[in-house]
Amino acid sequence: MPAIEINNLNKKYKKAYAVKDINFKIDKGKTIGLLGPNGCGKSTTIGMMLGLIKPTSGTVLINGKDIEKNRTNILQKMNFISPYIELPKKLTIEENLNVYGRLYGVKDLKNKILELMEKLNLTEFGKRKTGELSSGQKNRVSLAKALINDPEILLLDEPTASLDPDVGDYVRGIIENFSSKNGSTILLASHNMNEVERLCDEVLMMNKGKIIDKGKSKDLINKHGRKNLEEVFLKIVRNKNEVS
Amino acid sequence: MKFHRIFALFLRHFYLIKGSFPRILDLIYWPTIQIILWGFISKFFTMYSDFYNHTVGIILTAAILYDFLFRSSISFNMLFLEEIWSRNFTNLFISPLKVSEIIAALTATALIRTLIGIVPAILLATPLFSVSLFSLGPSLMILLLSLYIFGMTLGLFVVAGLLRYGPAFENVAWSSLFLLAPLGCIYYPLSILPDWLQILAKALPLVYIFEEVRSILLNNIVNYSNIMTALVLNSIYFLLSVFTFYKAFHEARMKGTLINVGE
Repeated sequence: MPAIEINNLNKKYKKAYAVKDINFKIDKGKTIGLLGPNGCGKSTTIGMMLGLIKPTSGTVLINGKDIEKNRTNILQKMNFISPYIELPKKLTIEENLNVYGRLYGVKDLKNKILELMEKLNLTEFGKRKTGELSSGQKNRVSLAKALINDPEILLLDEPTASLDPDVGDYVRGIIENFSSKNGSTILLASHNMNEVERLCDEVLMMNKGKIIDKGKSKDLINKHGRKNLEEVFLKIVRNKNEVS
Repeated sequence: MKFHRIFALFLRHFYLIKGSFPRILDLIYWPTIQIILWGFISKFFTMYSDFYNHTVGIILTAAILYDFLFRSSISFNMLFLEEIWSRNFTNLFISPLKVSEIIAALTATALIRTLIGIVPAILLATPLFSVSLFSLGPSLMILLLSLYIFGMTLGLFVVAGLLRYGPAFENVAWSSLFLLAPLGCIYYPLSILPDWLQILAKALPLVYIFEEVRSILLNNIVNYSNIMTALVLNSIYFLLSVFTFYKAFHEARMKGTLINVGE
């Protein structure tokens, strides 16, 4: 049974489709990249996978269960990080992690918080208010929140956006490490092609609400006769008709 | 419903209040000013006419009770607005929190916020103006409960609007209670209103609550039919507001606004 199964998924706003008839499966333990230009439907797809957006039609099955019918149970085992959402700025790192740990019903929460803060180099800032941190530190706190429940399924929306190369590389290392240790399934939406090539087993290419190509990074590069994934992305986005 | 999730959301707001002295001061400041202001106005009337003999007691008791209602409703709205302002909204809705747990947590937390604000004002009213809420007797608890349910009801309607229409609905959050206050007959009896407005006013539980307050303070008579009518009306409106909140949540999911509220 795949960890994530998307069947004939559609989302229509008034007359326009944000997502049109997409289908894909992600096996347990795999990391899959979701690539596409701004406004191509990535966020809407992720929103439907998290139960934040109701599909017009189609189903999202997480571990074989429909998110529309088992929202609470499924979300217990999932988590999400996005640069567009934040944690309360007036709460300290420890307070934020304590709140979210309790929301997810984490056992032995105190030790879990200590472990995560140590892993993400946040121990010395534990008592600092989240709003007082640098963007790199805030990003690591968001990542700590996303890992607090040891999610079986982790959705990452541009997890290293606005980070300097050093911190970005550090965060990628944490994600890689988490994935290999926990065997979690990860869907990564990113505009950083190097990141996708490094972390992802396979890539889904989206444009105008549809999945227009998919496969391993190397296979896509060879198929499109390009040097790297970035060139494949540009080719697909700029000239969709060339895609077979 | 799971207690640990309700407690987690309560804890989020407890940390917020605990960590900010200006926030605590803000909670206490307005109710206290309100009581002092109404106290002196009422005292002024009493000094110049026997006709206003009971004015201080009635006006101040009404002012304290109205402020209790106002604070509970505003607190409920504020808790939700805090999530929008801090851009934490989506984090909550992707957690396993249920809508019923959000309502339960906000209801409990709003009570704490309200009490932080109103208790100092109640304590001040006794030494300054010789007015005590406890002169309402055992009915006080039922009247407070009734007001609190109505405060939560208004809060739920406003929060449903915030869910449905986004932060643009924020202004309604601040003005919702002011719209109803003239019809609520807080400081004057129902008979003051023109006949056609009385019909409208009778649909509000506030009228029965404040008529009851005046009945107890002026005549020392407890009118249980007023208390019951207020509770029945409150129950109907509360159920309607819960239904509206669920409907707004469903519509927000349809429109996709849960993913970017606050932006």
